[in-house]
Amino acid sequence: MRRGVKRLAAPFAVNALLVLGAALTLAPLVWMVSASVMPTGEASSFPPGFIPSRITFEHYRDLFQRLSLGRAFGSSLLLASSVTFCSVILNSMAGYAFAKLRFPGRERLFRLLLLGMVIPVQIAMLPLFLLMRSLGLVNTYLGVVLPSAAGIFGIFLVRQFARSIPDELLDAARVDGASEWLIYRRLVLPLLKPVLVTLGVFMFLGTWNDFLWPLVVLTDDTKYTLPVALANLVGEHAQDTELMMAGSVLTVLPVLLLFLGLQRAYIEGITAGGLKE
Amino acid sequence: MRVETRRGTPAEARAALFFLAPGLFVIVFFFLLPIAASFLLSVTDFDLYALADPSNARVTGVSNYRALLSDPVFLTALKNTLVFVLLGSPLTVIVALSAALLVNARLARAKGFFRTTFFAPVVTTLVAVAVVFRYVYHPRFGLLNRGLTLIGLPAVDWLGDPRFALLAIVLLAVWKNFGFSTILFVAGLQGIPESLYEAARLDGAGGWQQFRRITLPLLAPTMLLVGLTRTIDYFQLFAEPYVMTSGGPLNSTLTMALLMYKEGFRFWNMGRGAAIAFVLFGVILVATLIQFRLQKGGET
Amino acid sequence: MARGRGTLRRALSPGVLAVLLAAAACARGGPGRGAVRLWGLGREGEVVKELLPAFHERYPGINVEVQQIPWTAAHEKLLTAFVGESLPDVAQIGNTWLPEFRTLGALEDLGPRVARSSVIAPGSYFPGIWDTNLVEGVLCGVPWYVDTRVLFYRKDLLAAAGVAAPPRTWTEWHDALRRLKARAGPGRWAILLPTDEWAQPVILGLQNRASLLTADGGDAAFRSRAFREAATFYVDLFREGLAPAVANTQIANVYQQFAAGDFAMYITGPWNLGEFRRRLPASLKDAWATAPLPAAEGGEPGEPGGPGVSLAGGSSLVLFRSSKRSDDAWKLIEFLSEPAQQVRFYALAGDLPARRDAWRDPLLATDAAARAFEEQLENVAAPPRIPEWEQIAQKVAEHLEPAIRGVATVDEALEALDKDVSALLTKRRWVLAQKAAHAR
Repeated sequence: MRRGVKRLAAPFAVNALLVLGAALTLAPLVWMVSASVMPTGEASSFPPGFIPSRITFEHYRDLFQRLSLGRAFGSSLLLASSVTFCSVILNSMAGYAFAKLRFPGRERLFRLLLLGMVIPVQIAMLPLFLLMRSLGLVNTYLGVVLPSAAGIFGIFLVRQFARSIPDELLDAARVDGASEWLIYRRLVLPLLKPVLVTLGVFMFLGTWNDFLWPLVVLTDDTKYTLPVALANLVGEHAQDTELMMAGSVLTVLPVLLLFLGLQRAYIEGITAGGLKE
Repeated sequence: MRVETRRGTPAEARAALFFLAPGLFVIVFFFLLPIAASFLLSVTDFDLYALADPSNARVTGVSNYRALLSDPVFLTALKNTLVFVLLGSPLTVIVALSAALLVNARLARAKGFFRTTFFAPVVTTLVAVAVVFRYVYHPRFGLLNRGLTLIGLPAVDWLGDPRFALLAIVLLAVWKNFGFSTILFVAGLQGIPESLYEAARLDGAGGWQQFRRITLPLLAPTMLLVGLTRTIDYFQLFAEPYVMTSGGPLNSTLTMALLMYKEGFRFWNMGRGAAIAFVLFGVILVATLIQFRLQKGGET
Repeated sequence: MARGRGTLRRALSPGVLAVLLAAAACARGGPGRGAVRLWGLGREGEVVKELLPAFHERYPGINVEVQQIPWTAAHEKLLTAFVGESLPDVAQIGNTWLPEFRTLGALEDLGPRVARSSVIAPGSYFPGIWDTNLVEGVLCGVPWYVDTRVLFYRKDLLAAAGVAAPPRTWTEWHDALRRLKARAGPGRWAILLPTDEWAQPVILGLQNRASLLTADGGDAAFRSRAFREAATFYVDLFREGLAPAVANTQIANVYQQFAAGDFAMYITGPWNLGEFRRRLPASLKDAWATAPLPAAEGGEPGEPGGPGVSLAGGSSLVLFRSSKRSDDAWKLIEFLSEPAQQVRFYALAGDLPARRDAWRDPLLATDAAARAFEEQLENVAAPPRIPEWEQIAQKVAEHLEPAIRGVATVDEALEALDKDVSALLTKRRWVLAQKAAHAR
């Protein structure tokens, strides 16, 4: 809180609280990493320890060799990349159209679409599964990717951002005889880069972390994504704390790294898009 | 919304069709259509017998919905979901706002680092985190009870005691989600001109008064956004109870989404499952409208 | 693969995308076309892989792919796979689920195959177990291993509490539990009965000759005198502090706690023979033993069940109608049903063979702890064999939990259970009525 009077206590208090907050926030994650390298049984010993007595990577070895979690890693990677690819393309096209292409009923259609954001995704799940069955897409990666190939939130994000593109720029290009597609590819896309990065990271994160739909659609354990494989593991190995923690680390680490690498763009994209009404 | 200054050409409209078609096709075909189908399902008693032989499915009108209203398990799930939202949403807002105020304070150092730290839980996979917290909440070996006993408080059987299990999940949800809202609040705070605070200080207003008179009102749009997104999100609570408690103990962490999953996918009572999903939708809609009215109405 | 970087993504041509998606779509075919697919549940799914090299030696032309599915997700995975038309060829299925899958028409009638088989004969199996695989007179599966519940107990703690031999009746049992608790003191208990498990109250009901449901499975009968007695006996164990009111999710490590003496008795199944031997400290090797369940002293004569019965559980191997390799799959089932393989499986997984002749093998004949199971297996009963049983079973545990925790009386709990199950069976009553109407 802003204070008019500078006191020595004030900066200390603020920063101490921040450190405390950070410690509380990070504690479970730090413990997760620490427990994943503890020898078997140590994480569930009493009194509970924070620091491993010695570091062992046997649980990671176990995950990759005995429990094929490497395959789940690959599945997650393939799915997240595919969804990101498709959704960035589809959502940016639609978002741009809603922002910059003038056609009758544009605003009304957009508002209608916005309403859809309130609908919980679980409602669609059961019939969607039956639909996938009739399309022969149960237990396929395509079946997981298709429903996420475009989304209302993504379109919303791009549209908000695209509104800031000056009309004059586009109209000048039109006067020059450029087709709409050319305008989009050559002029608009480069300008949309920041929001596309945000969207890309958002979709990658979302797909990587998605649990329910892959759980329902994929019946082959060779195709399980990491969250599903992890939940599977809990069913059988709940007693093996360290193994479960290693599995969690494996699941969380890639997206954490991705986020750390792209956080500035990601956060800017959220705040820019989220606050314009 | 801006008013168009010039009308578009037919060529533009045709292009719009082309641009919109793929995205809208996916949304209509894989989202809106299933929702309509879900509604149809909810007025039948489609279940395992119908799966074997479709003639075993009967159109039953609103009887699924009526049965839900008198089903104690459903009412428990409804209650749990409401409690979760009513506890979790405000708690997340308070924690996020406090964190944002701290990070944004003039006296704070290493703002980027703290902002990233607070956001880290948001990007973690929920299932992985739920697994970790299952152990954090362990009555004997868990971190949380260790911390509590260190400062003299009694240990709690977080996931095993019906009185505390839902609270445990609320805490997990707050931990996981507050970072996102913090970012939004920080952006909102930065949008408040410093001159307003200067003027207030010159008028002799103290810190708390500045907060109440300047910060809160000007943060209202952000509050609305944060509040709404949290509410909509929390109503759909599923993965945490699925991984950590399976809805127990004593159904105290059974949420509507989890119940829908159990009915629909575990027992294949799809008619009932669809009805639950629609009731959930209805509740979310009503809650969102109420929240919208309340928060918008508050800013006069 | 590009990750979230707009420019890189745009650099990938649409052609690459098409190839990716096509490959992904074709991924349904999967590796090893022509292989027999087997789904194993839980630990059995892991262990069965070790039996396969011998199978492959005998039939080099047949490949088998095993997928392991945890029990907690198995039911929905199987149903989802049925709907999604992606069932395997053979699966291990808990025998209480057989009626469900029979109703769905998912299972092949194995009667003709068994009649022609030289390996599998009904007479070689425990009768109570073979029965569970007959749904409406049709053989839906071949018993693979048996599961029943017996008493595991700490010999040393029992002796220290002044009880010479394991209890044979409910009265003796109650007495022994009280003594164990008196000796154990606060923070420890006499017996562990996880509140989310339905097996224990159902067994007690069956022992007391409660029918649980009406004869055609059309309505609930949980308020019968027999079941009420059994439920009261069960709930009282908690009320008296002899058992902790905890569910499985709250027990961090049952083996550590058994070893520590937190409880001296545990009703559980054969898989724990191996697990106890593996996970208990060496010092306790001879400190525990097994015994058949104590017998009830009441109940209605002539009703199903009877004193000292336990659950006729276990898993069967089933052949799905949708299988394109049923002959090869049947060879696999026959292989796994051979006495030698049953013994090997037991050695690896600790799952007891369903074939009586497998029990002659020295491995089992000399195993003192397994002997209780053999004795028990001659006295097993099955819960009602209807598709809804899985849901009903869960409700039994659900409704008894408030009574256990003191939030409701036994009568209230049973009334709620009865009402709930009756509502659940509405559809079944309608279907039965339809069938009866068509039959006329």
